[in-house]
Amino acid sequence: MAALIQLAVFLLLLLTGYFFGRRAEARHYQTIVEREAQLGHILLSSERLPPPELLHYKGSLVMGNVVISVDYFKVVAAALRNLFGGRIAAYESLLDRARREALLRMQQEAEALGAETIINTKLETSRVSGDAGKGIGSMEVLAYGTALVPPPPVT
Amino acid sequence: MLITNIEVVPGKRVKQHLGLVQGSTVRAKHAGKDIMAGFKNVFGGELKSYTELLQESRQEAVDRMTQQASAIGANAVVNVRFATSTIAAGASEILAYGTAVILEDR
Repeated sequence: MAALIQLAVFLLLLLTGYFFGRRAEARHYQTIVEREAQLGHILLSSERLPPPELLHYKGSLVMGNVVISVDYFKVVAAALRNLFGGRIAAYESLLDRARREALLRMQQEAEALGAETIINTKLETSRVSGDAGKGIGSMEVLAYGTALVPPPPVT
Repeated sequence: MLITNIEVVPGKRVKQHLGLVQGSTVRAKHAGKDIMAGFKNVFGGELKSYTELLQESRQEAVDRMTQQASAIGANAVVNVRFATSTIAAGASEILAYGTAVILEDR
């Protein structure tokens, strides 16, 4: 009996994770694509030095971060995949989402400053321990770089 | 105080190099938020409270680094880097470090 209840709870969690997780992911990807189109004019580069024609621009540190959580379905899918080895697509999409979101937030900050270019972009990923046991729990992605702000027009 | 993660600031010249400065902070959220995050691990999605927590701590780390830099007379910190590490469940350390310099106009 107790085993049946455990199984029921497990299946319930799995289904909840599957439905809510997939819905959250689909929605998130939709907003990411929309905002990437909006903010596409802000150039991202990992060059360490500003391009020569922008040398007189003022640099300013900008950053964006996001903490994103796994859902139960992804945890189970990844645990199964761990037995056989190979690509864990469930986590790949999670990290891809987080990274793009962090970059977008950084671009938003740059846009608020009136900048058009971000150079020396660095990305950093770290684990925020959640309750997911041996799974990855929640991940934080931080994106930071230098926004090149145009000088005020000379009057 | 100019804080940047590039090494050479356009239009300025490094007059004096003052060495490494750093700032760090360790923060945790209260247990209620941790429990909510635990629930969120079932549903998936963004953990807004943690995003804010880390944003605030990063600002704090940058502020401490800036204080240290101004204490030794710098007017800019260049080549700033961030590092994050998990210390215990629900607590993380954020470190910001960079090179304190005195810049002058070229």
